[in-house]
Amino acid sequence: MSLTHQDVARIAKLARISVNDEEIAAVGEKLNNIFGLIEKMQAVNTDGIEPMAHPQDVSLRLREDVVTQTNQREAFQAVAPQVEKGLFLVPKVIE
Amino acid sequence: MTKATLKQLSQQLAAGAVSGVELATQYLDRIEALNPQLNAVITVDRAKTLAEAAAADSARAAGTAGPLAGVPILHKDIFCQQGWKTSCGSRMLDNFISPYDAHVVEQCRAAGLVTLGRANMDEFAMGSSNENSFYGPVKNPWDLNAIPGGSSGGSAAAVAARLAPVATATDTGGSIRQPASHCGVTGIKPTYGVVSRYGMVAFASSLDQGGPIAQTAEDCALMLNVMAGFDERDSTSLERDKEDYTRQLDRPLNGLRVGLPREYFAAGLDADVARIVDEAVSELKKQGAQVVEVSLPNTELSIPAYYVIAPAEASTNLSRYDGVRYGHRAAEYKDLVDMYEKTRAEGFGDEVKRRILVGSYVLSHGYYDAYYLKAQKIRRLIANDFTAAFEQCDVILGPVAPTAAFNLGQLSSDPVQMYLSDIYTLSVNLAGLPGMSVPAGFDRNGRPVGLQIIGNYFSEATMLNVAHQFQLATDWHSRAPAL
Repeated sequence: MSLTHQDVARIAKLARISVNDEEIAAVGEKLNNIFGLIEKMQAVNTDGIEPMAHPQDVSLRLREDVVTQTNQREAFQAVAPQVEKGLFLVPKVIE
Repeated sequence: MTKATLKQLSQQLAAGAVSGVELATQYLDRIEALNPQLNAVITVDRAKTLAEAAAADSARAAGTAGPLAGVPILHKDIFCQQGWKTSCGSRMLDNFISPYDAHVVEQCRAAGLVTLGRANMDEFAMGSSNENSFYGPVKNPWDLNAIPGGSSGGSAAAVAARLAPVATATDTGGSIRQPASHCGVTGIKPTYGVVSRYGMVAFASSLDQGGPIAQTAEDCALMLNVMAGFDERDSTSLERDKEDYTRQLDRPLNGLRVGLPREYFAAGLDADVARIVDEAVSELKKQGAQVVEVSLPNTELSIPAYYVIAPAEASTNLSRYDGVRYGHRAAEYKDLVDMYEKTRAEGFGDEVKRRILVGSYVLSHGYYDAYYLKAQKIRRLIANDFTAAFEQCDVILGPVAPTAAFNLGQLSSDPVQMYLSDIYTLSVNLAGLPGMSVPAGFDRNGRPVGLQIIGNYFSEATMLNVAHQFQLATDWHSRAPAL
């Protein structure tokens, strides 16, 4: 497998990280080296093996549907890049 | 007094030989004097530290303090701590003053431990050399040309240089054990689920686990008593009875079955590291341990499996850094998507970006089965290897890393070579087992080498027992670098 510059651009788009034209060749080369390492997995027969998502076989806990947290909007918004009247501001998304 | 262990400091505080404020001052002065050459500590706040120390002294005077009250601690910059910058080694969080405490920080606070400051680390805990920090690399206190290991390089270097008696750390693929090995200190990564991940900045959620780095196994046991415990805010925190991790420290090793995986002593292992591990095994044999050969045949596959699972989980976890609610936001952008893309391009370093890109690819439409699912199946094979091995032994011993610390800059431009150096630690995280590193000698260049002890699930007390008995008979852990 070898990623083309278009592949790298597509992945970067998916990941929402801008990669400019000068960087793309170097990024692509390093990614291809990493995938060279990863591809070694494909030679292993894993038929019938149950995928392991978590080290312990535990199920998710349920909790009572009650209020447990007090409102800390001001504390949390104190570290936000841009807020107004208790709202997080982002660039206009609806024209 | 800054040479003392956590245990000794606790005794001296109890005896009134020193106060928390005096201790904190001594350590802060030492950090001020020595940290400029090490870069192990990235945030100090003398006023906050001294206020915590004074509170611990008052609690002692009032008789309400626990045994560790007034002992100073350094927190890896991955644990959210209210009112402290929690950067995770990243430009993305360079402006982030945490509005809340991680569970680990809450537990330390409740025990009266005094925050000395915040330890440097690889950005978002991604790295094996601490060269990926936005704040610059940490230097190994044994040799300023050497890496300290990563990602908890600041924690390990600080304890080695006696800038702190103990530090918190995290381990996703070896990030406690490998820097502990490279810096000649003791560190333990508990069984996955023992220490809450609440408030610990997420990297790969099914692998991340917090633990302590200290001079001795006994200190690690005392710290694990503080850090471990059920926390309902972490959905993978395990509901178990509270354990005393010091309870088996004094047990003789007679009859202990020690497994040596033949795959850990194959090609690629440095001759000095092999000799040091052999000598450590001989010491344990002298104490009555029986050695059995075991096999972990899928060890090599841990590298590709890990470098699919960890980046995949990282790519989803790090999607939260969007420049909206906290952290860095690009100064100029033309629309929302442009803001995301610029914010993330500016805020993340190269290694973090690479892992997000790898993760985004392996999780993208059409590739999930070939990569993530495949890696999860291999993860099962690796866990099964350990289950079979632990039918024949109580603990597994081996090297932590193929070599002692390499030079700064030696592997920083070659991520794949860096990944390969994680060969002996990754499988422990994939299986979710506890693992530790104990100082066991020095290589031909005078760089420390650790012995790795891997235990079965929830066998931390047994591992700490082995490490403590080893440390009663050796003095590697009490050697400190000349600074």
